[in-house]
Amino acid sequence: MEQAAPDPERLWQPAPLEPLSHPDAGLESMVGEETKGARDEGPGDGTMTENNFSLKKIEISVSEAEKRTGRNAMNMQETYTAYLIETRSVEHNDGQSVLTDSLWRRYSEFELLRNYLLVYYPHIVVPPLPEKRAEFVWHKLSADNMDPDFVERRRIGLENFLLRVASHPILCRDKIFYLFLTQEGNWKETVNETGFQLKADSRLKALNATFRVKNPDKRFIELKHYSDELQSVISHLLRVRARVADRLYGVYKVHGNYGRVFSEWSAIEKEMGDGLQSAGHHMDVYASSIDDILEDEEHYADQLKEYLFYAEALRAVCRKHELMQYDLEMAAQDLASKKQQCEELATGTVRTFSLKGMTTKLFGQETPEQREARIKMLEEQIKEGEQQLKSKNLEGREFVRNAWADIERFKEQKNHDLKEALISYAVMQISMCKKTRLGVQMLSSCM
Amino acid sequence: MGLSCAMLGECIDDQMTLPSSHSRSRKGDREVQDLILPNGGTPAGTASPASSSSLLNRLQLDDDMDGETRDLFVTVDDPKKHVCTMETYITYRITTKSTRVEFDLPEYSVRRRYQDFDWLRNKLEESQPTHLIPPLPEKFVVKGVVDRFSEEFVETRRKALDKFLKRITDHPVLSFNEHFNVFLTAKDLNAHKKQGMALLTRVGESVKHVAGGYKLRNRPLEFAAIGEYLDTFALKLGTIDRIAQRIIKEEIEYLVELREYGPVYSTWSALEGELAEPLEGVSACIGNCSTALEELTDDMTEDFLPVLREYILYSDSMKSVLKKRDQVQAEYETKLEAVALKKEERPKVPADVEKCQDRMECFNADLKADMERWQNNKRQDFRQLLMGMADKNIQYYEKCLMAWESIIPLLQEKQEAK
Repeated sequence: MEQAAPDPERLWQPAPLEPLSHPDAGLESMVGEETKGARDEGPGDGTMTENNFSLKKIEISVSEAEKRTGRNAMNMQETYTAYLIETRSVEHNDGQSVLTDSLWRRYSEFELLRNYLLVYYPHIVVPPLPEKRAEFVWHKLSADNMDPDFVERRRIGLENFLLRVASHPILCRDKIFYLFLTQEGNWKETVNETGFQLKADSRLKALNATFRVKNPDKRFIELKHYSDELQSVISHLLRVRARVADRLYGVYKVHGNYGRVFSEWSAIEKEMGDGLQSAGHHMDVYASSIDDILEDEEHYADQLKEYLFYAEALRAVCRKHELMQYDLEMAAQDLASKKQQCEELATGTVRTFSLKGMTTKLFGQETPEQREARIKMLEEQIKEGEQQLKSKNLEGREFVRNAWADIERFKEQKNHDLKEALISYAVMQISMCKKTRLGVQMLSSCM
Repeated sequence: MGLSCAMLGECIDDQMTLPSSHSRSRKGDREVQDLILPNGGTPAGTASPASSSSLLNRLQLDDDMDGETRDLFVTVDDPKKHVCTMETYITYRITTKSTRVEFDLPEYSVRRRYQDFDWLRNKLEESQPTHLIPPLPEKFVVKGVVDRFSEEFVETRRKALDKFLKRITDHPVLSFNEHFNVFLTAKDLNAHKKQGMALLTRVGESVKHVAGGYKLRNRPLEFAAIGEYLDTFALKLGTIDRIAQRIIKEEIEYLVELREYGPVYSTWSALEGELAEPLEGVSACIGNCSTALEELTDDMTEDFLPVLREYILYSDSMKSVLKKRDQVQAEYETKLEAVALKKEERPKVPADVEKCQDRMECFNADLKADMERWQNNKRQDFRQLLMGMADKNIQYYEKCLMAWESIIPLLQEKQEAK
C-alpha cells in the first residue's frame, strides 16, 4: 500500500480484529488482510483475503488495572494506574486459546503509541483513546482519575482502542503496534528511535491556524466542517445528558424518603398497616434502582465520547490535506516566481521585484558573467522545483485517494456503531421502564 | 327517621338551655320553628337522648353505604367566573336530587361561591358541635403565586368542594341539618344568611357552650388514643406532603433538562445521512417521554397533594372537636365534684349536673360513631389515592415504553446500499 508518509518498517502481523461496539461482546474474530478500505463488520464474518496470511484468531484484552507507585522523570513519587494487556492466539479448529503475550502498560504509553500512529499514518482516521480526565461528570461520578469506576471505564476504553487498531487493515500491520503488545521493556526507546517526533508537523497541532488554500479538495473542506459540527453537537449532548442523569438521580432518591415515613405511618394503622408498610418497602426498592440504571447509561455516554474524539481524528486528516495542499501551492507559487525571475534576467526586462534588481539599480549593474551565473542557478533551482512539485503533486493525490478510502471505511463504521449504540440505549430505556412499571404494579397490588 | 333523631338531639339541648325558646322570631325560618316543641318540655317516651341519637347514628352507618337506600345525591360542577364592579369570583353549580320529605322538590339546582360553603361549614360546626365536620379546601392560596382563576386551581377546588358536600350527604346526622338544606335549595342564600344570623347565634352560643376554665383531669383512654392517633397521623401526612412537593420540584427540574436533551438529537440528525432518521426518531421519543412526565407531574399536583392537605385540615378540626368534648366532660366532672362536696345538698344529683352528664354522653357517642365512619372513609380514600397515583405512574411508564419500543424497528432498519 502506498502511503504519503514515510513507511515504517513493516512486519508480518497476525490477526486484524474487529473492534466491537459493545466491549463486553466476544473478542474473537476471523482474521485476514484487507486491501483498500473495506472492513468486515461483526465478529465471525468471513474475511476475503487477497494475500497469503493464514487465518488465525487472536484475542486482545485489557484485563486488569492496578494502582502503582513509582518515581517520575523528576524523581518525585507518583501514583498511577497500570493496565494488563493480554494477547491470546486461538487455534482455529478446537477454539482453545493460548496466552501468547502479557504485559503492563500505563496510559501515557498508550498516548505515545497513538501519537506515533498519527505521525506515520496521517491519512488514517486514527482511533481515539478514552479521555485522559473525567469530563461530562454528573455529581455522583467522581472526577478523580483514581476512582475505581473511572478506572474501570478507562480499562474498557483502552481495550476498545487496541481492538480498533488491531482491526484496521493498515494500522494492524504496524511494527510498533505489534511491539506495544509484545515487548514490555524498551518499547518506549524503540518508539522514540523512529524519530517520529521530529517528523511530526508542528503546524498540525496548531488547531486554529488557518492556511489560505486556494484549491482544496471540496470534500475535505466539507468533512472538516462536518467534524467541527459533530464535535460540537456531541459535546452538547454529553453535557445535557449528564445534567439529565443528575436530575433523574434526584427524583429517584427523594422517593426513598417515603420509605421511612410510610413505615412510621403503618405503625399507627390497623387495617391499612400492611399495605402502607409494603408501599414503603417498594419506595425504597425504587429509590435504589437508579444506581444500576445510570451505570448502564454511562456505557452509552462512553460510546458517544469515542465518536466525539473520533471527530478530532477526522479533523486531523482534513488538516493534513490542507497543509499538503498549502505546501503544494506555495511550492508552485515559488516555482512560478523563480521562472519569471529567470525570464526577466534573460530578456532584461524587470517586472518583478527582486533584491538583486534593487541593489543593481542602486549600486550599479552586474557583469554579464554574474548575470549568467544567476540564470544558471535559477535554472537549476527551477529544475529541482519542478521535480519537487511533481512529487508533491503525486503525494497529494495519493494522500487524497488513500485518506478518502479510509474516510469511507470510517463513515460506515461510524454509522454502524452509532446505530448500535442508539439501539442499546433504547433497549436500556425499555428495560428500565418495564422494571419500574413492575415495581409500581407490585406496590399497587398490596394496597 | 334520621330527621327525628336530629330533631331529638337538638331540641333536647335547646330545652336545657333556653326554656323560653318558643319566643324566638319565626320569620321565614320554619326549620327553627320545627325544632321547638310547643309545650317546651321533653317529648314523651324518649329514652336518654344520648342513646337514641347514637343508636340511630349507628344504624344509619350500616345502610348508609348501600346505594339502594341512598335518597340524596349532590354534585358540584360547572364553575363560572363572575366579573362585578367590586370583585371577581367563581360560582359552582350545586345539583341536588332527593326523595326525602325535607325537600319540597325532587330536584334543585343552585349556584354557590366559596364563601357560601364557608358559611355552611361554620353553621354546621355551630349547630352540630358533637360531630366531625368535613374540611373545606383552603380559603387562601398559600403561595400567592397560583392564579386562583386558572383552570387547574378551579378544578382542584371544585373537586374538593364536591367531596365536602358528598361527605355531608353521606352523614346520617349532618345530611339532615337545616342549614345544609338551605344551602342546597335556597334561591337567595344571602337572605337566609342575614336572617339566620341573629337567631342562630343565640342557639349557637348555647350549643357551643365552650365554658372555658374547666380543666380536664384525664381524657378517657379511647379518646386519648384518638388524640394521639390524630397527632401522629397529621404529622406523617405533613411529612408526606413535603416529600411529595420535593418530588414534584425534582421532576420539574428533570423535565427542564429533558426538554433540552431531546432537541440536540434533532440538531445532530441534520448533520447526518444514514443516521438522520434514527437520530430524529430518538429526539421525538424523548419529546414524548417529556410530555408524559409533564402529565404525571400535573396529576400529582392536582390529585395527590390536595387530598393530603384535606386530611391534615380534617385532623386539625377533629382535634378541636376532641378538645370541646374534653371541655364538656370537664364541666360535668367539676360540677359533679362541687355537688359531692356540698354535703348539705340532697344525695340526688341536681338537674343541671344531669344535663351535663347527658351532654357528655351524647357527645362521646356521636364522636365515637363519627370516628368509626371517618376511619372507614379514610381507608377508602387513601387506598383510592395511593392506587390512583400508582396507576398514573404506570401510565407514565407505559407511555415511555411505547415511545421507545416504536423506534426500535426504525433504528434497526437497514438503509439501501449506496
